[in-house]
Amino acid sequence: MSESNAPAISSPVEYIQHHLQNMTLSGERPSDLVDFSVFFIDTFLVSLILASIFAFAAWRVSKNIDADKPTGMQNILETVVEFVNQQVQDIFPTADKWVGPLAITIFVWVLFMNAMDFLPVDLLPSLVGGIASVFGYDPRHVYFKSVPTTNLDTTFALALLVFGLIIFYNIKNKGLVGYIKVFLFHPFGKWLMPVNIIMTTIEEVAKPVSLGLRLFGNMFAGELLFLLIALLAFSVWAMPAQVALGTLWGIFHMLVVPLQAFIFMLLTIVYLGLASQGVEEH
Amino acid sequence: MNVTATLIGQLIVFSVLIWFVKAVLWEPIINTLEDRKKRIADGLAASEKGMKEQELAEQRAKDLIKQAKVEAAEIVSQAKARDAQMVQEAKDKAVEEADRVKAGAQAEIDQEVNRAKDSLRSKVSELAVAGASKILGKEVDASTHKSALKDLIEQI
Repeated sequence: MSESNAPAISSPVEYIQHHLQNMTLSGERPSDLVDFSVFFIDTFLVSLILASIFAFAAWRVSKNIDADKPTGMQNILETVVEFVNQQVQDIFPTADKWVGPLAITIFVWVLFMNAMDFLPVDLLPSLVGGIASVFGYDPRHVYFKSVPTTNLDTTFALALLVFGLIIFYNIKNKGLVGYIKVFLFHPFGKWLMPVNIIMTTIEEVAKPVSLGLRLFGNMFAGELLFLLIALLAFSVWAMPAQVALGTLWGIFHMLVVPLQAFIFMLLTIVYLGLASQGVEEH
Repeated sequence: MNVTATLIGQLIVFSVLIWFVKAVLWEPIINTLEDRKKRIADGLAASEKGMKEQELAEQRAKDLIKQAKVEAAEIVSQAKARDAQMVQEAKDKAVEEADRVKAGAQAEIDQEVNRAKDSLRSKVSELAVAGASKILGKEVDASTHKSALKDLIEQI
């Protein structure tokens, strides 16, 4: 542990930068804000493994589901399903059969990905670095970012699918003409049509952007704070402060992690519920 | 902080996960929950029905017991009446039987008496003839004294 902490003490900036960099498929860093030639293996693998755990648990439960004697994992999943279904029924009573699965997938998957934040910030990076060094790589150039939701790709993948569904539900329930009318005559009536188009477009686009950025921002900030607290390991005398701050932030983060997952799920239901309303008359 | 090709990978994972969760987790569990809800409701309704039925059955049992008591009392009184009647009948029968026996005995006695008389009559003539011949010392012809003998017999 002291070895992996050594660069942190000597150069904090390098330590943090190292932790904020993804492992990429080609080994090159993205050159622009949007660069589709790069693929982050760490983010993808961790989220895929977490998705598989959830899917496996679901499969195990459904294989021997028992209505009379629910046990163990079935109880947990039943509770989660009931909780999510309650939210869907309250917010979006006319929801079709896809909204519930969508909502529970978002909730559980985001919760799992966020919960990766609870692992010590150096655990997975050191582990991967150690394994890489066995194969002859320099651990200082092996990057691993273990929390998938501190990555814009993940949060925007979720947000974009929700955005697509918002458009789909709008067209499905209002008709294409009805949806266009919303852009034209909402919110100021027909005399301010250009303003309406701009306003409604911003309103609609703000939904996925805020969804994606909210989750990303919260988790990224949380991870960064853990890194800063980890930097306090520069001296033995700073240890009590590190422990105290780490504990406090950890406890606070235990609130943030499920809360962000819940908010993402709830807003998804709300947006889809709004999208499924019929045409409003102005 | 970049948007990369990972986005597409995450989109695919997300979509597949939604589909999988819907098929494997959401629908079976929602069905199970619905099923359980229905069964609990059914069970409660059935228990309520059962309780009502029990109440009815108790009421019916009470009615039956009451009716049975009434019937039993009736049967007892009937039996008593029948008892008295039977005793009376038995008495009557006994008296009748006694009368009959008495009459039979009487008839037998009479018959016996008559038979005794008859045999006496048949013997009387012989005795009279035998007695007379002893007294007279000579043979008496019964046929010559037929009328006298007949008189004698008649007197018995």
